[in-house]
Amino acid sequence: MNEFEPQIIAFACNWCTYAAADLAGTSRIHYAPNVRVIRVMCSGMVNPIYALKAFEGGADGVLIAGCHYADCHYLNGPVKCDVMFEKLKNLVHTLGLEDERLRREMISASEGVIFARVIDEMVEQLKKLGPSPIKRAREEATV
Amino acid sequence: MNLDDIIKETKTFYCLECGKCSSICPISRYDPAYSPRLMVEDALLGLEDDLVHNKELFSCLTCGACQPKCPSDVNYPLFIQKMRAIASSNGEHGECAHSGTIQSLIRLMSNPGVEQRRLEWLSNGYRTSDQSEVLFWVGCAPYFDPIFEDLGFKVTDIAKASLRILNFLGIEPMLLPNEKCCGHDILWTGDLDTFKKLAEQNAAMIREAGVEKIIFSCPECYRTFKEDYPNYVEIDCELQHISEFLSEAIEKDGLRFKESKKKVTYHDPCRLGRHLGVYEPPRKVIQAIPGIELVEMEQSREESLCCGTSAFTNCDSYSKQIRVERLLEAKATGADTLITTCPKCQIHFRCAMVNKAEEKGPDIEIEVMDMVNLVANALEGESNE
Repeated sequence: MNEFEPQIIAFACNWCTYAAADLAGTSRIHYAPNVRVIRVMCSGMVNPIYALKAFEGGADGVLIAGCHYADCHYLNGPVKCDVMFEKLKNLVHTLGLEDERLRREMISASEGVIFARVIDEMVEQLKKLGPSPIKRAREEATV
Repeated sequence: MNLDDIIKETKTFYCLECGKCSSICPISRYDPAYSPRLMVEDALLGLEDDLVHNKELFSCLTCGACQPKCPSDVNYPLFIQKMRAIASSNGEHGECAHSGTIQSLIRLMSNPGVEQRRLEWLSNGYRTSDQSEVLFWVGCAPYFDPIFEDLGFKVTDIAKASLRILNFLGIEPMLLPNEKCCGHDILWTGDLDTFKKLAEQNAAMIREAGVEKIIFSCPECYRTFKEDYPNYVEIDCELQHISEFLSEAIEKDGLRFKESKKKVTYHDPCRLGRHLGVYEPPRKVIQAIPGIELVEMEQSREESLCCGTSAFTNCDSYSKQIRVERLLEAKATGADTLITTCPKCQIHFRCAMVNKAEEKGPDIEIEVMDMVNLVANALEGESNE
């Protein structure tokens, strides 16, 4: 049997984290290929529904990453993101998913190394947790 | 189910085109584009495609205000429920409120692999038992808490108050640790597959629990169990809303409350009132508290106005106008508090007050409270929380 390869959906802010992911690529930093990056204009627009839909679709982990507090292109995006992330964390916890499946990071455009490290860390953690219960139940149903 | 079956089942073919539905409909009053009469007419002309792709199909509040006025007894809410199922299988979905978060949570919950942590709000002060013959149905309160935290109240407080009342009466109810959503919102937005999954899982859990009676504090769960579950699953228990249970306790067991000076008015939730005909029990419970004066709003009981949204779909400026109208009506009675029995009515009224409609801002402020919170605070020998 093949080793479990987790799938991570990363919502990355256009101005910081998406650029950091780019930088990681152009700097040829090696990191796990398990992430699908979705570019959003601001981490402050990542409504809980985005992550819930990702989990519904079978994602094993969700990363929401954007600018640092003082860096925001729109002044207070990270604060908005914090408020929504707190709600999302509560919902995901109540749903019974492991808290580690959800991660919030602040990664600036120059921190390609950090982006790569965060993804590696998440993949390692998710490998320990195994597939998300939603995906597992769906796979069992189709077998 | 196709259009012909729906027309037969909901007695739509009896429609006389008198237009009473459109004149009483709270949405039509504000949205000239929406008319229940025209929807029914489209159905009778066999214009299934027009109906299915009509955006207004999801505007209906399914509040049932039109039903008592209809001379032909057309079941319009049921007609909408079934039409939405067809629309949904054709890829049409209404504009879900809160970006569809609630519908998404329900779909996630319907996954059999999900083992929730939904009872973390439960503290040591409450007595529950796994051997009980009575099951208390909590509903979606643990999910509503984080979503609606800005509205200044906790939906789980309704569940806590219900538990306090049950404990006070010597009942230690069972709570299901992995209770799934009853499916109300997903049924009324047309997703029958998810609804069936939820109904089957809930029915299996209830069978396994072996309870004889289920008590609900949410009228939507109550309606779903009573009217919709029998079409899909078998639930062999007595079902009761907490207002019915309390009114029985007052009558038979002589339950008495301590005095509480207040002038209140009661808002009939559509699911409890028009859908299930439970008008008297909540009023009886409220009036059993000494010192409480209950005044009726201009539109009450069968004519009660809706809170403006149902099933978390299509919440728009018209919904807000309905809410403002209802809150003004409540203010006009001179009551201090607006009592309701539905957590969602409370959410919607509070939302209208938090996001004040500009011109009518200051006039709609009124305390909103669930009946069980009022009762829990009036229990003899218990301190107010």
